[in-house]
Amino acid sequence: MPAVQETIDRVRSIDVDQYKYGFSTDIESDKAPKGLNEDIIRFISAKKNEPEWMLEWRLDAYKRWLTMTEPTWARVEYPKIDFNDIYYYSAPKSTPGPKSLDEVDPELLATYAKLGIPLQEQEILAGVEPKNRVAVDAVFDSVSVVTTFKEELKKAGVIFCSISEALQEHPELVKKYIGSVVPVTDNYYATLNSAVFTDGSFVYIPEGVRCPMELSTYFRINEQNTGQFERTLIIAEKGAYVSYLEGCTAPQRDENQLHAAVVELIALDDAEIKYSTVQNWYPGDSEGKGGIYNFVTKRGDCRGKNSKISWTQVETGSAITWKYPSCILRGDNSRGEFYSIAVSNGRQQIDSGTKMMHLGKNTSSRIISKGISAGKSQNTYRGLVSAHRKASNARNFTQCDSLLIGQDCGAHTVPYIDSKNATAVFEHEATTSKISDDQMFYCQQRGLSDEEAVALIVNGFVKDVIQQLPMEFAVEAQKLISISLEGSVG
Amino acid sequence: MNMEPRTLETKAEAALAEAYETMRDALPGGAGVARLRTEAFDAFRATGLPHRRVEEWKYSDLRARLKDVPAFAARRSEADAKAVLASAGEAYASVDRFRLVIVDGHFYPELSDVAGLAGEGVTVRPFAEALAADGEALLDLPVVALADAAVGLNAIFCADGLDLAIADNTKLTKPVEIVHVSGAEAASTAERVLIRAGAKSEAVILQTFVGGVEGTFSNTLTDIRAGKGAGLTVARLQAEAAGTTHIATATLTLAEEAQAKLICAGIGSGFARHQSFVAFDGENARADLLGITMVRDRQHVDQTLVVDHAVPHCESREIFKTVVDDGAKGVFQGKIIVRPHAQKTDGQMMTQSLLLSENADMSLKPELEIFADDVQCAHGATSGQIDEDLLFYLRARGIPEKEARTLLVLAFLSEAVEEINDEIVIEAFEGRIKDWLSTEE
Repeated sequence: MPAVQETIDRVRSIDVDQYKYGFSTDIESDKAPKGLNEDIIRFISAKKNEPEWMLEWRLDAYKRWLTMTEPTWARVEYPKIDFNDIYYYSAPKSTPGPKSLDEVDPELLATYAKLGIPLQEQEILAGVEPKNRVAVDAVFDSVSVVTTFKEELKKAGVIFCSISEALQEHPELVKKYIGSVVPVTDNYYATLNSAVFTDGSFVYIPEGVRCPMELSTYFRINEQNTGQFERTLIIAEKGAYVSYLEGCTAPQRDENQLHAAVVELIALDDAEIKYSTVQNWYPGDSEGKGGIYNFVTKRGDCRGKNSKISWTQVETGSAITWKYPSCILRGDNSRGEFYSIAVSNGRQQIDSGTKMMHLGKNTSSRIISKGISAGKSQNTYRGLVSAHRKASNARNFTQCDSLLIGQDCGAHTVPYIDSKNATAVFEHEATTSKISDDQMFYCQQRGLSDEEAVALIVNGFVKDVIQQLPMEFAVEAQKLISISLEGSVG
Repeated sequence: MNMEPRTLETKAEAALAEAYETMRDALPGGAGVARLRTEAFDAFRATGLPHRRVEEWKYSDLRARLKDVPAFAARRSEADAKAVLASAGEAYASVDRFRLVIVDGHFYPELSDVAGLAGEGVTVRPFAEALAADGEALLDLPVVALADAAVGLNAIFCADGLDLAIADNTKLTKPVEIVHVSGAEAASTAERVLIRAGAKSEAVILQTFVGGVEGTFSNTLTDIRAGKGAGLTVARLQAEAAGTTHIATATLTLAEEAQAKLICAGIGSGFARHQSFVAFDGENARADLLGITMVRDRQHVDQTLVVDHAVPHCESREIFKTVVDDGAKGVFQGKIIVRPHAQKTDGQMMTQSLLLSENADMSLKPELEIFADDVQCAHGATSGQIDEDLLFYLRARGIPEKEARTLLVLAFLSEAVEEINDEIVIEAFEGRIKDWLSTEE
């Protein structure tokens, strides 16, 4: 369609930087050779000085992975990934273990500055105590480089560190919980992650503690051809509360980059975990070339009674998104929530949704999914709501709305609802529509341009989800959605 | 999650393969038909019976269900067929209608009102005869139905059935009933019924599936083609005996301005799958699909539908209600596809299920697959039990609990029943629903 090309060109000419975060930093990396075999896994494990059981765990996962085949059920198309053409380990060379920001490679800091990551270090150095404090565990490629606010968190008894650090300092906790929500053999990408994960975050909130600040990790994919295999593990003990933010940007590259993360959340009795994501990885050029492949396994386990896990996500980036943040509602009276905005433009393909597995009594869940497709993108909601035989009085409400902008995109809804208990009440509704001419006319009449009108209407469409985001993210997310849809009308 | 290599051939698959080898030369149709059958057979050999890893069949594992496949039924004598028909009982006994009789997959003109229909402008031929005369064009199906395993099996084995053609501008004065009866010996059947409604014709067609015993495997296909401006109601009632395996496919193709209502009630059988494939072939057409399923006692009944909006300006409405009682499994899968350029499509799908006892099991999968932007599409799905508040309201007014429950189930189903909009069908269906409810323990 010529109009799309025209607008793409227009946006290109306006936005000199094209992809704002599309740059790369030249830092020498300490890399393992390309490819995957037992030696690489031993290398990764040795590099990180891991305990023996961890290596065994990885090798076991690798053996299982070799017997598995890539899943094909998602509505995404991409050239076959050569798993032997990927670097499985790369660490910034010049940062063996910085004690303070001064020791950090200045180029790295410059990268963060360009990204606008609020490390807030200057404020701390100047003795300024900000009102909304955010602790950042910044991940540059695969190794945690800077962890801030650690001391203050320590005072509260919260452990917030990289998973490799946790393996050194709290191996018993890692051993107890890792793989207990997403088993090693869960799926192709999770198994791969189990074998080769390099780093990620570890959070432990002790009993009765309300985490004093929102925890945040900024992921940044940098090194060319580096697969990112993050592993995040969050444990909220009885009565604990934590809100965790995850945000992503990635530099522009020609080669497709693979990202296969695993996130495990565990909420014990009366605990609550709120996990928010803004994902803005490079989506590829107008032909869909070069974007990130995002194959993520995220799952939360409401293990204790009255526990609650809430996922909120804003997905605007990646060439391919394959992501189903799920909740296992095991504890009686536990609650799962999923709020999602998935925006696709250009040639992006999103296959995302959630699973709510009701196992305990009186469990409830809520799913609000807003999909917006523009350009030539495909946007699929795929979800499962199930009630086990013993899940008496389970409740679910699901709403999936799709908005189509332009005639070359697709919006699909594939919900599965399995009820094995008569007292379970499930409601599901889905709608698909376009921005109506009346709405556009109304906005234009009041002097808004086409793009401003679309941004306004879309932001109204996703309002229910934006409201669930923490303040810092809400503003960013709204901006991100507007940027993502640039060039989709006109 | 992972693709499995093709597993070993099951006993049923081997029996089907063997049956084809022995039957192939006797099956009707010329070289073109034979070629289609061979293609379908090759596809069957490659994939086997559909099982839980085949997405469209994930809730109805036919491979696991069919332990064995009985031999395909041979044609009976007229007297014998008459006896089978008499023993089956009639759903529309009191209705003035034209009746067409299919016993064990074979059409019996001598037991049917062929002459009466001819007087109204309807031509009826045995499908075997039609296939021999007109060839493979009769086996054409909507593209969304082609890949289905049961449709393929029907193409391989269909030996007889009906070809019913309604002339242009014909308005039938009485409904046509097509009775599909299975005999008291376990047998396999694979009949095909082709209904071609001419331009601006109007007809009500009642299809009933009755009889059978434990082990009966029927795999029927009804291909409905509604001509330009035609108005068609096809009401299908499946009330087979408890142990049968029943796969019933209906395909519906709508030409410009056609209006068709496809109703499917699934009450009988041990393992039943009712699948409907609807394809819009001309603009400004409308299809209404209604489903009523009632299952209990370890029954498994699946209602699956695919609506393919391939052209602009068409409308589809789907209302499916399922009542599940002790130990039974209900399945609903519905997919609305809107192809690129099928602008101004209006598709609304609603499915609701009522679970009457603790161990009832219901799976729902309503899907939207949309490639055009100027459309209105929605689906809703619910699953739950009888509302205790409503029950209390009725009991507070002196209505005994059992009666109150019956009333509430009737009310639940009435949304779909009322949409039928045809007195004869409503009366017959309501009778069945009340029978079902009154036999509740």
